[in-house]
Amino acid sequence: MSAAATITKSRGFPLVLSVGALVAFIVMVELLIRVGVINRFIVPMPSEIISAFPRIVQEEGVISRFFFTAGEAFSASILVSLFGVAGGVLLYQFRLLRRATETWVAAVAAAPLVLIYPLYLVIFGRNATTIVMMGFTAGLAPVILKTLEGLSGTRRVLINVGRSFNLTSSQQFWKILFPAALPTIFVGLRLGLIFALINIVGVEFLINFGGLGQLINELAERYDLAGTYAAICFVILVSVCVFMLTERLERWLRPVD
Amino acid sequence: MAAVTLPSERGAGAPGAKPQDAILVVDGISKQFETPEGVVRALDNVSLTVAPGEFVGVIGPSGCGKSTLFNIIGGLLDGYDGSVRVAGEPVRGPHPSIGMIFQEESTFPWRTVLDNVAFPLEIAGVPRAERYDKARHFVSLVGLDGFERRYPAELSGGMRQRVSMARTLAASPKIMLMDEPFASLDEQTRLLLGDKVLQIQQELKQTTLLITHNITEAVQLSDRVLVMTYRPGKMKRMVDIRLPRPRTSEVVSSEAFGRYVAQIWSDLREEASRGMRDDEARQRTEHK
Repeated sequence: MSAAATITKSRGFPLVLSVGALVAFIVMVELLIRVGVINRFIVPMPSEIISAFPRIVQEEGVISRFFFTAGEAFSASILVSLFGVAGGVLLYQFRLLRRATETWVAAVAAAPLVLIYPLYLVIFGRNATTIVMMGFTAGLAPVILKTLEGLSGTRRVLINVGRSFNLTSSQQFWKILFPAALPTIFVGLRLGLIFALINIVGVEFLINFGGLGQLINELAERYDLAGTYAAICFVILVSVCVFMLTERLERWLRPVD
Repeated sequence: MAAVTLPSERGAGAPGAKPQDAILVVDGISKQFETPEGVVRALDNVSLTVAPGEFVGVIGPSGCGKSTLFNIIGGLLDGYDGSVRVAGEPVRGPHPSIGMIFQEESTFPWRTVLDNVAFPLEIAGVPRAERYDKARHFVSLVGLDGFERRYPAELSGGMRQRVSMARTLAASPKIMLMDEPFASLDEQTRLLLGDKVLQIQQELKQTTLLITHNITEAVQLSDRVLVMTYRPGKMKRMVDIRLPRPRTSEVVSSEAFGRYVAQIWSDLREEASRGMRDDEARQRTEHK
């Protein structure tokens, strides 16, 4: 085997490649800004963003804001997972309910739900509850739809195996339907949690309250571009944490696929 | 190779069973389906008895209602005329005495081989240590030692069907129903798996009803073969397979085996042709 083939087949190569690609992208953006192809008053230089990190940590309290937003995202994730999966199961169990509401749920999934934040402000007030409920509302529909899709897509033969072993309805659900539907349910959860996070940060920004969204709003108002982009990196970090958590949970619930 | 006994020389008693001795009695089963094209009569007055320890094959052309019969006996289909009894008990739904092996791949992809096989024992509430001991026994019986911790995705099609078989056997059914379990496998794997089924049947004296459209498989494995007509599925002929046991796949090269295959094919040919003509006529109508 050649040396190149050995390297590409090594376990750490994908990680090296992904970090290398990111570094190459950052260097390229830096160069394009320095030579004037990209306007430095619209996109700050990556080197400036990196140097803004200590400042936003010390002066803007970005770590506590990160945990505030992560806490909101976590709360919304729990609600989205519980109510979304339960909703999908209900629609699967009751055909009439499914026929009556599936189109509506699909329409809600495609709607720009962030526009209802004034209503939530009236109902819940200008506080974290409004932000969490906005995240929950935005993330719910994809989870319901994907749960329904996963349960409906369970292969008939697996259901028949369960029937042939005389399983009760509860056993049929927990031993066959649910594990069979898990991969699709997790696709829904990932989508739902992305929608939830976008709305959480978006509403923080809009109502100027809470964690990273508020900080981004304030930094943008001050035209502190480097600080704004550095804060956006923390939003990406929340997203990465949510993704890693769902991936771990999926591997724990269904170790192979 | 084992010596082949010709039909007239067979010393063992006839494998047919009187209803009172039979473990499975299928009595006058008729079934029809409502379709957009009208009522389709799938089965018409099918009767069958299976004695304890007997291996009975059911063969017929596509569309003869073999799988409908499988689902009715397994308790997965209702709304039919006639009755099914297992050890004297009427079957009105899935019955603990009946184990089913399906044509499609039916292992649980999220469970290891051992967990798949232990599944019916887990449902029955067998304590963990005991159920894994039993599951290991059945994994070994189907020849999958060393694969206990593998997932189905890591196995070949033939190995997965053996996992399904071990899982069904772990439930200790009185009757094992098999619906074309090797249909998706190549001919050589099918013959070798036939050997495994013969070996298991020999070891456990497992009463088995095999639904198949493969004549070689039916003759290789069965004590009797029920030949069915094309739609509506009716009993055309019951053929006693008087080949000696224990058998292996080597029996396929014997003269008597060839004669049984020819005999069943002569019965099936007319039915298969009828089915083909029917299909062609349907295709023409659909594409007009």
